[in-house]
Amino acid sequence: MSTTAPVPETTRKDWMSDQEVRWCPGCGDYSILAAIQLALPDMGLRREEVAFVSGIGCAARFPYYMNTYGMHSIHGRAPAIATGLAMARPDLHVFVVSGDGDALSIGGNHLIHALRRNVNITILLFNNQIYGLTKGQYSPTSEVGKVTKSTPFGSIDRPFNPVSVALGAEATFVARTHDMDRKHMIEMFKRAHAHKGASIIEIYQNCNVFNDGAFGQITAKDSRDAMLVPLHHGEPIRFGNENERGVVLDRGGLRLADVADVGEDALLVHDETRDDPSIAFMLSRLAHGPYEPTPVGVFRAVERPEYGEGVNQQLAAAQDDKGPGDLHTLLRSGATWDVG
Amino acid sequence: MSDTVQDQPAAAQPAESIDRVIIRFAGDSGDGMQLTGDRFTSASALFGNDLATLPDFPAEIRAPAGTIAGVSAFQVHISDHDITTPGDAPNVLVAMNPAALHSDLYRLEKGGSLIVNTDAFSDRNLAKAGYDADPLHDGTLDGYKVYEIPMTELTKKSVEHLGVKPRDAERSKNFFALGLVSWMYTRPVEPTLEWIKTKFAKSPQVIDANTAAFKAGHAFGETAELFDHPYEIEPADHEPGTYTNITGNVALAWGLVAAGQLSGMPLFLGSYPITPASDILHELSKHKNFGVRTMQAEDEIAGVGAALGAAFGGHLAITTTSGPGVALKGETIGLAVSLELPLVVVDIQRGGPSTGLPTKTEASDLLMALYGRHGESPMPIVAASTPAGCFADAIEACRIALKYRTPVFLLSDGYLANGAEPWKLPDVESLPDISTEFATEPNGENPGGDAVHHPYVRDPDTMARAWALPGTPGLEHRVGGLEKADGSGNVSYSPENHEKMTHLRQAKIDAIARDIPDAVVEGDTDADLVVVGWGSTWGAISGGIDRVRARGRKVARIHLRHLNPLPPNLGDLLAGFDRFLVPEMNLGQLSKVLRAEFLVDARSATKVKGLPFTASEIEVAILDHMEDVR
Repeated sequence: MSTTAPVPETTRKDWMSDQEVRWCPGCGDYSILAAIQLALPDMGLRREEVAFVSGIGCAARFPYYMNTYGMHSIHGRAPAIATGLAMARPDLHVFVVSGDGDALSIGGNHLIHALRRNVNITILLFNNQIYGLTKGQYSPTSEVGKVTKSTPFGSIDRPFNPVSVALGAEATFVARTHDMDRKHMIEMFKRAHAHKGASIIEIYQNCNVFNDGAFGQITAKDSRDAMLVPLHHGEPIRFGNENERGVVLDRGGLRLADVADVGEDALLVHDETRDDPSIAFMLSRLAHGPYEPTPVGVFRAVERPEYGEGVNQQLAAAQDDKGPGDLHTLLRSGATWDVG
Repeated sequence: MSDTVQDQPAAAQPAESIDRVIIRFAGDSGDGMQLTGDRFTSASALFGNDLATLPDFPAEIRAPAGTIAGVSAFQVHISDHDITTPGDAPNVLVAMNPAALHSDLYRLEKGGSLIVNTDAFSDRNLAKAGYDADPLHDGTLDGYKVYEIPMTELTKKSVEHLGVKPRDAERSKNFFALGLVSWMYTRPVEPTLEWIKTKFAKSPQVIDANTAAFKAGHAFGETAELFDHPYEIEPADHEPGTYTNITGNVALAWGLVAAGQLSGMPLFLGSYPITPASDILHELSKHKNFGVRTMQAEDEIAGVGAALGAAFGGHLAITTTSGPGVALKGETIGLAVSLELPLVVVDIQRGGPSTGLPTKTEASDLLMALYGRHGESPMPIVAASTPAGCFADAIEACRIALKYRTPVFLLSDGYLANGAEPWKLPDVESLPDISTEFATEPNGENPGGDAVHHPYVRDPDTMARAWALPGTPGLEHRVGGLEKADGSGNVSYSPENHEKMTHLRQAKIDAIARDIPDAVVEGDTDADLVVVGWGSTWGAISGGIDRVRARGRKVARIHLRHLNPLPPNLGDLLAGFDRFLVPEMNLGQLSKVLRAEFLVDARSATKVKGLPFTASEIEVAILDHMEDVR
């Protein structure tokens, strides 16, 4: 399917399908869709080489709105289906669109194994901390005590932290962004796509119907500087309205500090390529919820062998070793005898 | 080769010629009975006998040694003529310990030969096997020809000169037994000696020990004067050709490899280990030079999911499993029905429900294959009936899947999976072309007037939908589990459209009936009674029918390979009979289908013991039904 013709220039419009977008007015999904459609023209891809695979949930309608190949599959299974597609077709660019219920509840097993295998897929995890399509039950990322239709007395179980889960699952690229910052989303999407292997981006996404303002304390324009901790590779981790605060790593672990108190040299310098994921993991735990200063950006970006490539190398090695398969020979590979 | 057994003094006793024998090797799970039976089978196959086997082993890898739960057995039927079953009652039982004797003695024919390893008959082992008294001395074995042989001690002596530790030496006793039985039935010796060298190539001492034990067993038979004489069974009168001995699972795996070649598409297997299907994953994993991709997924659902993803990408996609796995895959198979993508779901059936009998055979997933999904989600079903037949059945399942863009069930079972028989190798050139075509040009227009791909535009002949592969410029499109508009494939909640699509999906599968062979009546076409079967009951039904006809009674049979849709002439054929007997390894699933489809008074003969029918059970069922006064 490969061609040597130059990749045509595209604009956002080229990536929009002819289907009417049907999310609730004001949903954060709109801005994520726009950011992807704006990022794609810069990725240097042909439309026919892009496939979006989704599961079930509000976010999972995403493929219908993309003028690419796409599959709206079943609840939680998108990473498994995308794994098969990416293995079979290394020439494609496979994106997975999922939500917190889809990826972390019903599909948790597929998510962690896709990350562990380092399949060449880009996973967009829309986290709105609620079940939207089923009309408002708590999700595996909802805070403890969440009062919903299914938990009228408050939820009891503790939530997942998606970035922690991804790092624990041996993910090679983990990032976080949010639906209020188009520029940051575009940057993260491009980085994730450029990564060889599995990449996952947690996107804080506002569900204005069932969980409005879940991330408002950290993503609102006027609180962002004070509440979001941007991660930049090779730079000291600092934030604040005047960039006056920072992250320090000492014997007690990570803590927030005033730069004036500790000095600039005491700040932790972010290293997304660090082989050991433990500092990235600590960073993922810096905030206990979206009401404390929360890191955004690339937590981890390391190189590991990509699964599909490994599969294809074994195929090529077998063909080099034995030559292309021959059925006649295969059928005679056990003990045979002739009847005359 | 100066020390090979052939060079020993010629046997004093001339061999007696017999036309067939059924031997059952039984011992502890750690005794290597499967290996022993398998070797005996291979040597017999190479000699040219016809044969059928029944490996019969527990689910536990090593149940407590010496217990009934740990008994592992292998039954093989060899003959100088065509046979179709591993035999009803063994003529020979080799019992390596008291538990094997206790669990399997009842199977042995009256007056049959019983070879026991007396060294294993300690008080402790007798107690573990549930014997209050020693059956060798309390009359239990009266009426059998009993050969009491201290196999463990004889094996130890035979390897003494090799410096093998006694504990290790004991492990070669199955080769002693194999050597002895090989002598009894004048099996060729060289193939087994060669095989020992290859199989244990990593450990020269094990080669030496097993070789010595095998030769000692062979020599023991010849010299111990326990046996009157050996037996010989002439090669069967097979059609000319090249043969190999093959199990159902290997034949099925090779059929899938062949289907990849015949379709010109890369083969993709997404699978999760499960008994008795795992051997297909193992076998396909070897054939990477055919471009076969295998993925051991994190679970059954991911196995079928990855396969469906690969199908979307244009690979010939397969998932292999057994009943519990089918239950887990159900939702994804339903998605494949909705997406109308080719996918072959291989179900190696076993005893159920739930974990059931993992290593024992049953054929109780027919109704699950037909109806085990939510909504109206019809699927074609192909059922294998013999181990070697699995090869062609795999190709047929792939052919239907590709041609009609549909998931297809391929049903086999534990008996076919592990059972072996000689297979006349097909000429590769004679295998069918099952290639399919992909869309290359737009076939529709969107509301804006642009030329686009409409994935649900159908071929007027097959009703198969247009299939455009990712990577094809200009044919970008979306598919999904939501109901789709006829033609364009866009999401549609229209009541009329859903009803239309439901009927279209059903009609497409129903119309495959035009593309499968007619059912055939065998036996006495003018009989009153017809036996209708499917799956691995083929062999036992064949044997049962032969016996009934040998009594001078008339009986006919129809064996079904396609269970959905059914062959188009089946209703007409059934109309020619008055009585219908449907033997099944379930509680009557096909008989329900026949009653529903054709309003015939189908009577079930059922067996759910984890074991295949015997020919005599079928014979009795037929005669009973004939005698039944209505």
